[in-house]
Amino acid sequence: MALSIIESCVNCWACEPLCPSKAIYEAKPHFLIDASKCTECEGDFADAQCATICPIEGAILDNLGAAINLPGSLTGIPPEKMATAMAEIQAR
Amino acid sequence: MELTVINDDQATESKGGCSAGSCGSTDDQMSQLPEHIREKVHNHPCYSEDAHHHFARMHVAVAPACNIQCHYCNRKYDCANESRPGVVSELLTPDQAVKKTMAVAATIPQMTVLGIAGPGDPLANPERTFDTFRQLSEKAPDIKLCVSTNGLTLPDCVDELAKHNIDHVTITINTVDPEIGAKIYPWIFWNNRRIRGKKGAKILIEQQQKGLQMLIDRGILVKVNSVLIPGVNDEHLQEVSKVVKSKGAFLHNVMPLIAEAEHGTFYGVMGQRSPSSAELQTLQDACAGDMNMMRHCRQCRADAVGLLGEDRGDEFTMDKIENMDIDYAAAMEMRKKVHDGIAQELAEQEAQKKEKAQANIVQLEGFTEKTYRPVLMAVATSGGGVINQHFGHAREFLVYEASSEGVRFIGHRRADQYCGGDDTCGDGETVLQKTIRSLEGCEVVLCSKVGYEPWAQLEEAGILPNNDYPMEPIEDACSAYYQTLIESGKLDEANTQQEASA
Repeated sequence: MALSIIESCVNCWACEPLCPSKAIYEAKPHFLIDASKCTECEGDFADAQCATICPIEGAILDNLGAAINLPGSLTGIPPEKMATAMAEIQAR
Repeated sequence: MELTVINDDQATESKGGCSAGSCGSTDDQMSQLPEHIREKVHNHPCYSEDAHHHFARMHVAVAPACNIQCHYCNRKYDCANESRPGVVSELLTPDQAVKKTMAVAATIPQMTVLGIAGPGDPLANPERTFDTFRQLSEKAPDIKLCVSTNGLTLPDCVDELAKHNIDHVTITINTVDPEIGAKIYPWIFWNNRRIRGKKGAKILIEQQQKGLQMLIDRGILVKVNSVLIPGVNDEHLQEVSKVVKSKGAFLHNVMPLIAEAEHGTFYGVMGQRSPSSAELQTLQDACAGDMNMMRHCRQCRADAVGLLGEDRGDEFTMDKIENMDIDYAAAMEMRKKVHDGIAQELAEQEAQKKEKAQANIVQLEGFTEKTYRPVLMAVATSGGGVINQHFGHAREFLVYEASSEGVRFIGHRRADQYCGGDDTCGDGETVLQKTIRSLEGCEVVLCSKVGYEPWAQLEEAGILPNNDYPMEPIEDACSAYYQTLIESGKLDEANTQQEASA
């Protein structure tokens, strides 16, 4: 039971200090999660802290390999509403 | 005819042609500050168009993490070619940052200010930020410290901030309305949860206002930065200006949104436009009736080193400073001499300027029976308050407005538009064309020299090139040329530059 960080990570450090299990560490080319330490924040927080602050969609995966932050979660605009949002923004 | 717009309630009186309160001279926001604040910021390069040619600042990039998401920011921040907030090349540990700061202070004695501005939010990295401040307060007490923040965790940090040699804090406040906030901040990280939309924006706004109040209560100066986002917070920023002034912020810095698709920001990718220079100026003028405005911010990088508008960061990369041996006690003595020398020079310049400003007003009053339209003039200068730069060498232009009321500093225009060195930049537009486009709204460009080709192209764009005033003080030249324009009947005609660009 552990989360993982993949190559889209931009090394912004936001997750590292938040991990209650100190499972996240700096590595090249990007940060990694020590699977033997990660608890997915169970017992500490309702949401996995690393994924909650991560500013990149899809950079953190759950224990099944699925992205925790889905497309649209960063901007608050789901993919199907992108075109409408873009038209509104461009009219400004 | 200096208008004191801070700490008074005469806002309505300043609705005339000189609402920025800088009439009669190019004296910038410094001249309007109360004495006790001026004393604190007189050698801060970011607060004075004059001081910034003499004093240098640096930012150290020790704070990578951020706790909110802004639509104008992209957290992938490593780009050496770009100069804008949030961008850095080399992330430093606090120990490295202290070493770098002392190396720069010893090498560039004019460096008076050390700021922590990111690339994330400094107060979302409290240990790294405060470790840097703690060490510097102790080892280099002659360096002023400042910090900028989005404000989310500010209330928790005020006690710690008050312990260090920090004379001012900058809070970025883009709105005081959660409805508008939701269009700028999709979410915040708060109490271990991601809070979205209006609810998140409301918490952020409350924390910002609370933090602002707490800093003021402790006597720490607060400057407020706002990003002008057309169609989102443009009209609302006047309200922001009023609110932060009433709480006691001493300066409001409204900056234009930078949004380019290639930066990968949400606004950039979605095609949100940036404000035009005219929109920025209109808003700054509108806010100026209530609040002391900052007009020469260069929106520099989170690891910038040197005088404003220049970046000497490459001279101080970690591999270079590892081998530097710094005797800071000796450096401090040398720094003091340099600072005193600059202060004296500035005081002399200011005294001269005041005399001239008085003379200018008398001259203008006697001259103008009829009121003529104001004219924006771009000036090529490398400092010293005089016109001393070749048009083609200018990387930025200072913009002044000449009118029947006098001459006032409006802002600056970059000639290299955030892009490094190539002759053309993707779309085949030459640097010259780009430069001319950046001067939109200006009818005149004053420089020491200008070549044949740019002269022709400037004229074609409706901008009058002029090199009649080399080495002359900027405000005198603007004033003299304005009179020449009046005498030649040029100001009886419509603004051809505006027509040409319409």
